[in-house]
Amino acid sequence: MNILNILDEIEKVDGEIYERLNPRRAAMRSFFNVGKKISLAALPLALGSMFQKAYGQTNPSSVVEVLNFALALEHLEYNYYNRALSTTGLIPSGAATTAITTIRTHELAHVNLLKSAISAAGGTPINLVEANFDFTADGTFGDVFTNYQTFLKVATAFEDTGVRAYKGQAPVLKEMPVLTTALQIHSVEARHAAHLRQMTAAALGVALKPWVSLGANGVSNDTGIPQVDAVYVRENNTIQATYEITGINGTAVTKTAAAESFDEFLTGAEVKNIANLFIRTGFKLT
Amino acid sequence: MKNNELETKNELQDESLFNGSLGRRSFLQYAGASAAALALVAAGCRKDRNFGDISGGATLDFKDDFGVLNYAYALEQLEAAFYIQVASNPPSAFSATQKAYFQDVQFHEIAHRELFKKALGTAAIGSLEVNFSAINFSDAASVLATAKTFEDLGVSAYNGAGVRLKDAKYLVLAGQIVSVEARHAAYVRDQISNGSFADLGSLSAFGAVDANGLDASLTPDKVLPLAAPFIKTKINVINL
Repeated sequence: MNILNILDEIEKVDGEIYERLNPRRAAMRSFFNVGKKISLAALPLALGSMFQKAYGQTNPSSVVEVLNFALALEHLEYNYYNRALSTTGLIPSGAATTAITTIRTHELAHVNLLKSAISAAGGTPINLVEANFDFTADGTFGDVFTNYQTFLKVATAFEDTGVRAYKGQAPVLKEMPVLTTALQIHSVEARHAAHLRQMTAAALGVALKPWVSLGANGVSNDTGIPQVDAVYVRENNTIQATYEITGINGTAVTKTAAAESFDEFLTGAEVKNIANLFIRTGFKLT
Repeated sequence: MKNNELETKNELQDESLFNGSLGRRSFLQYAGASAAALALVAAGCRKDRNFGDISGGATLDFKDDFGVLNYAYALEQLEAAFYIQVASNPPSAFSATQKAYFQDVQFHEIAHRELFKKALGTAAIGSLEVNFSAINFSDAASVLATAKTFEDLGVSAYNGAGVRLKDAKYLVLAGQIVSVEARHAAYVRDQISNGSFADLGSLSAFGAVDANGLDASLTPDKVLPLAAPFIKTKINVINL
C-alpha cells in the first residue's frame, strides 16, 4: 500500500484533499515525506483518522445532524414504549407499567425538546412515526409485543444503545451550551437502562446488573442475548486513557469491575446500524 | 516521564477514536519525533502544576481541563471513601445483593479515582480528608440516603462541568463515567423506593428539568458547597 499514491488519486477527484485533511498544507506534505517512518501496522489507523477528519461531520450543520440523530433515536424509543403501553396484557400493571410510563414520558419530552432545538438552530427535525418502525427487527424479535420478556430485552438494548450513542456524539457539541442538554438526556437514558436491566433480571430470572458488566468468559455482551451483540461491542474494554484499569495503582479492581466502571461510546455509524434494524425501508438513517 | 510518554501515545489512538483534529502534538508523532523529545514537550506543559500540598488545602484551578479533572477527582475521592466504608462493614439490613452491588460500586469509584490520579500525574491534588460524622453506617436508610445524594450530586457535577472541557478525549472520558454514576443513582434510588430511578421532579434542586426530561446539572460553584459538609480538607477554587 502506498499512501502517497492513494492521496494523489484522491487529489485528482478532490483537489482540496490536503486542505480538508489539515489546513496547514506544508505540515501535511511533511507528513507524507516521513510516511515511511510510520509502521505498516499503524498506517490504516492513521489513514482512518485522517479521512474521518476530512469527510466526517465537520461542517457547520454538524450540530443539527447530531441533534437529528438523537431525535431519531428518541422517536424510536418513544414509539416503542407507546406501542407497548397501548398493547393490552403486555406489561404487568403496577410497578412495571408505572416505570415504563415514566420512561415513555421522558422520551416524549426528549422528542419535543430536540425538535425545538433543531428548529431553533435552523434545521428540519426528522419525523418518524410508529408505522415507520418494525420493532420485531424483521422477525428477530417476533414476539416483542406479545412476550413481556422479549419486550424488556429490546427495551434494555435500546436504552443501553442510547447511552452509548449520546456519549459518542459529545465531541461534536464540545464547549457548546447544547452539550449540557445532551448530557442531561444522556444520564436520564442511563437511569432508564439501569432500571430496565433490573426489570429484565427479575422477569427473566437472570443476574443482570444495573451497570453493563463483563459478559460470560469476558465477552462484551453481558446480557446473554446474542441478537443484541452489536449494542455491547467493546464494553469489555478495561483500558481507559491508555491505562489498564484492572488493578490500577495497586488496587483490588478486578477485570469485571474495570469493565463496569466505564461505559463505552458507539460511533454514529454503529448506532445507525443498530437503529436501522428496527426502521422500515425508506426511512432508514443514512 | 513514563506517564507522559504513555499519554502522548494515547493521543495517537484517541485522534481516530474521537474524530478529533490532527493536532500539532499528534502531528509531531506522525512525523516521527522521538519519544524522548515528545516527553519533554509534555513535561513542559506540566510546569508549575503541582498543587499537591494538602496541608494548605486543595486548589482547583479551573483555568484548564486539569482543573475540571481535579474537581472530578475530588468528588470521586469522596465517593470512593464512602463506599469503601460501606462495603467493609455494610448495614446488617442489607440483602446479599445489596452488599454485592455496594461492593461493585466501591470498586467503580476506586477505578474512577485512580484513573484521575494517574491521568493528572503531578497535577493531581492530594488526598482529601473526609467527614462522615453525619452518616450512620450501620443504618441502611442513612447509607442509602447518603449514597443517593452522592450519586445524584455526581451526575449533576459531571453534567454541569462537561461544557468546560476543551479536550474531546477528556469529554468522552467524563461521559463514560457519568453514565455509570447515573446507573448507580438509579439503582440506589430504586432501593429506597422502587420506581424512583429517574424521578426528575425530585432533582430540581440539582438542576433537573422534569418537563423536558432533563437530568440534574449544576456548575462547580453550586456542587462544591453541597459536597463541603463531607470534606474536611479546605478546597480553594480559582479561575472558575
